[in-house]
Amino acid sequence: MPAAASRSVLPGFRIGLGYTLFYLSLIVLLPLSALVFKSAQLSAEQFWAIATGERALASLRVTFGASLIAALINAFFGLLTAWVLVRYSFPGKRFVDALVDLPFALPTAVAGITLATLYAGNGWIGQYLEPLGFKVAYTPVGIVVALTFISLPFVVRTLQPVIEDIEPEIEEAAATLGATRWQTFQRVLLPAIVPALLTGFTLAFSRAIGEYGSVIFIAGNMPFISEITPLLIVAKLEQYDIVGATALAVVMLLISFVLLLAVNALQWRLANRHSATGGRE
Amino acid sequence: MSTRRAITEPRWVRLLLTTVALLFLGCFLALPLAAVFVEAFAAGVPAYLKALSEPEAMSAIWLTLLVAAIALPCNVLFGVAAAWSIARFEFRGKAALITLIDLPFAVSPVVAGLVFVLLFGSQGLFGQWLSAHDIKIIFAVPGIALATLFVTFPFVARELIPLMQAQGRDEEEAAVSLGASGWQMFWRVTLPNIKWGLLYGVILANARAMGEFGAVSVVSGHIRGETNTLPLHVEILYNEYNQVGAFAAASVLALLALVTLIAKTVVEWRMRHETEMLSASLSPEAAGAPPAAASAAR
Repeated sequence: MPAAASRSVLPGFRIGLGYTLFYLSLIVLLPLSALVFKSAQLSAEQFWAIATGERALASLRVTFGASLIAALINAFFGLLTAWVLVRYSFPGKRFVDALVDLPFALPTAVAGITLATLYAGNGWIGQYLEPLGFKVAYTPVGIVVALTFISLPFVVRTLQPVIEDIEPEIEEAAATLGATRWQTFQRVLLPAIVPALLTGFTLAFSRAIGEYGSVIFIAGNMPFISEITPLLIVAKLEQYDIVGATALAVVMLLISFVLLLAVNALQWRLANRHSATGGRE
Repeated sequence: MSTRRAITEPRWVRLLLTTVALLFLGCFLALPLAAVFVEAFAAGVPAYLKALSEPEAMSAIWLTLLVAAIALPCNVLFGVAAAWSIARFEFRGKAALITLIDLPFAVSPVVAGLVFVLLFGSQGLFGQWLSAHDIKIIFAVPGIALATLFVTFPFVARELIPLMQAQGRDEEEAAVSLGASGWQMFWRVTLPNIKWGLLYGVILANARAMGEFGAVSVVSGHIRGETNTLPLHVEILYNEYNQVGAFAAASVLALLALVTLIAKTVVEWRMRHETEMLSASLSPEAAGAPPAAASAAR
């Protein structure tokens, strides 16, 4: 291992890497291994029984369903927003661009109580939706609203640099060859954007799966209907069912690990496609 | 930056798309942000100030500041060490290490809190030993600090790694060959080069540290005046139907979010400015596309 490092004249490799590995183990790996250690006390049948219990499965369905819808909404509106922010100019554009990161900066609990208040029957938005028969707050739809909010920046921020990098020449070439604007978008621009769109979608989806703070205020938290898996973990913990909480947490951890690997694979492909234009990562 | 390109959509399409995008952002971002402040001041300024000067609110604010003051220096030290070893040296397993550094972002906050309960809780691995020595970690400040360290772990490192990789190691190698000690090289060459990226990571980590809810909520125990951070304080008041109190506390956090966004935008602007200056000074005629530093990172 240190064979390559010894060629460098720069100091601090051993202490830098040593500290990195020490701190990583202490703060991340050791705690996560406690999860594995604890769940190893369960037999495979017990683990399976908890993970596929009726309430657990229902919560996983709610979590995955709502996250998928939220990520799809963000894929569509994120593409639109990124396109508008890169290609068009309008007054206050820089302000709007900065505002896109609000969900990263606003604490999830604040987002949760605010969205719940806005979409409640007497809220700013809810008062117009409820007479039309749309109940948002305290229903699964509310979960989708909260998850859409917290995962909003991912698609926009992943797409912006990619759209900026598109050479105008290829669009001009398409137009010269007689393509309509819509054909150019479909056949030329979209294929260039799709890998980044997929990355942003996966990032948004994996963020939404684990979200807790913003959802619990607006969801209503009815078991089997609007209870997300992270909330079920907390509920089990509060009933001192630590084993049950651990088993569900292991399921969540496995899912997030798979999603993390998927994101890394997508980004690696993206970087290879864009390496010629100086794209990053 | 050529908005006037030969090829673009018809005017009505541009207007339509811009309107739809702005409506979407307005409904999902601007409206909630405005609502926080309207609700906070719904009962007037005196009620707002009174809600914030409650001893419980004050202690929540102090605890939030304390936790951030613990988490940020630890993560800065780690981030610099990790970026230094990853961006300046070649070793096996580097890609795996970068993935592991990102791991806390992928883990649900609730799971992040749970793992510390499993380690240090009364039924946890070290639970008996801790209670025998009268050390409290779970339902106490150390647990909150640990959970915050976990969720803010990747911020500084993942900002610095691509930045330092893009900068290359020529300048530092020159400093060392000219006889600079490791310390001198770090303070005079490395740190000035990465200061904006470092600040950017700190800003993002700070927002998360002060705003974290899920992980902290699992380990805190919600003891008023002792283990309540500001986001947890918001939750308690909201669940007690104390709308004004909850939103008053929430408005402090929303203000923090606004400051974060402004600081972030300023730092992004500085970083872009410096990369442009650098590429202009390197190659005046071929001002190629420099790798956009951190604006694309997230």
